[in-house]
Amino acid sequence: MDYLPETPSQTAGPYVHIGLIPRQAGFEIFANNLGERMVSDATRGERIRIEGRIFDGAGSIVRDALMEIWQADAHGRHNHPADTQDGTAPDAAFHGWGRTGTDFATGIWAFDTIKPGAVTGRSGHARMAPHVSLWIVARGINLGLSTRMYFGDEEAANAADPVLKLIDPARRNTLIAPRGLREGAVVYGFDIRLQGEGETVFLDI
Amino acid sequence: MKPDAEFFPRDPADHPPASSPVYKSSVLRSPRFPLLSLQNSLSEVTGPVFGAGELGPLDHDLILNYVQTGEPIGERIIVHGRLMDGEGRGLGGMLVELWQANAGGRYRHALDTYLAPIDPNFGGCGRTITDAEGYYSFRTIKPGPYPFRNRVNDWRPAHIHFSLFGSGFAQRLITQMYFEGDPLIAHDAIIATMPDPALRERLIAKLDLKASVPLDTLAYRFDMVLRGRRQTRFENKLQGS
Repeated sequence: MDYLPETPSQTAGPYVHIGLIPRQAGFEIFANNLGERMVSDATRGERIRIEGRIFDGAGSIVRDALMEIWQADAHGRHNHPADTQDGTAPDAAFHGWGRTGTDFATGIWAFDTIKPGAVTGRSGHARMAPHVSLWIVARGINLGLSTRMYFGDEEAANAADPVLKLIDPARRNTLIAPRGLREGAVVYGFDIRLQGEGETVFLDI
Repeated sequence: MKPDAEFFPRDPADHPPASSPVYKSSVLRSPRFPLLSLQNSLSEVTGPVFGAGELGPLDHDLILNYVQTGEPIGERIIVHGRLMDGEGRGLGGMLVELWQANAGGRYRHALDTYLAPIDPNFGGCGRTITDAEGYYSFRTIKPGPYPFRNRVNDWRPAHIHFSLFGSGFAQRLITQMYFEGDPLIAHDAIIATMPDPALRERLIAKLDLKASVPLDTLAYRFDMVLRGRRQTRFENKLQGS
């Protein structure tokens, strides 16, 4: 049986912002900048900020990366036709996808979003603990890196999560972000280490 | 084909390895641990859905979408092709984004300091949504080669960056398109991350004279393939908890 092979990946390069975040590259061109804003007044759920930095194998901050997240709504439903979980319809005011770039000066990235609900797991498995899927591209990254961020205040759900349970306990905490407060706002800090000590667990999905 | 069917596992042989010392930036930006392979859950088979209404009418026309005082300088080209899955089915309704340098190899980016000038009428980015059969097309200016800091005399061949969405987040892909016959292809460090010539060939767009517009615009054809879905005639393991 002949199948067409997947198109090979290539690095997004240092100027990925031109195509995907032109405003960060330094110019305005599109009326609608996709993935820039995840939450509106009508979105249901707890408002949170997810933020962190990315480090390379020498411990240097990566300042030219682009990241996207994909997540369920506050009730664990994805805004996508393949999500046929029982219960309420997905939140029409929550797209579930966001895109941002690391700051050129500080390397800090952030998403203002909502905390997702738990999502149905594969058949025979427990519900997955609340999580967001992350995808990272940059100069020097030949194939986009996938990972997940879990929430530090979901200890019981994390302990039962079918994906976290696959990971050596010594590395599991690289995917769990502690909950914090800054000026009354909820912030989950999630640093990503591409290589070496404390290396983040990356997924082949 | 069920929309929640799992994707074919990604074949590492279809992609450059994470660390390729010929491309120096990859050495410190590649994981040392192996990736953890997962069977797809709902989190991977779903992904963002985009509508044509989210895009502007000139978003796919880079000759016109940043016009300030006139049209940009350079070789006028159409880049078109079909987005398919592993079984050759067209993927309709998918977001395709691209970006590139101008005719002289200069990017409109705050951090590009190459001495070739900015073209005031060229932005260098575009986007479109594939039609029901998976076809897309852009109109643009052929980008020029440019030097980059790897080895001291490294030059990128003319190329256009592509960003692709399928229906599931696991299909997310970024790649680069090169132009048939470009002699720099044989010398490029980023193409050299793919030692297999078959992989390189998949990224080279072919001159397409029949699609060109006489006395106006040449055309190149570039087809792309995202991961297909496994048949689920006898099982459906994703649903139900």
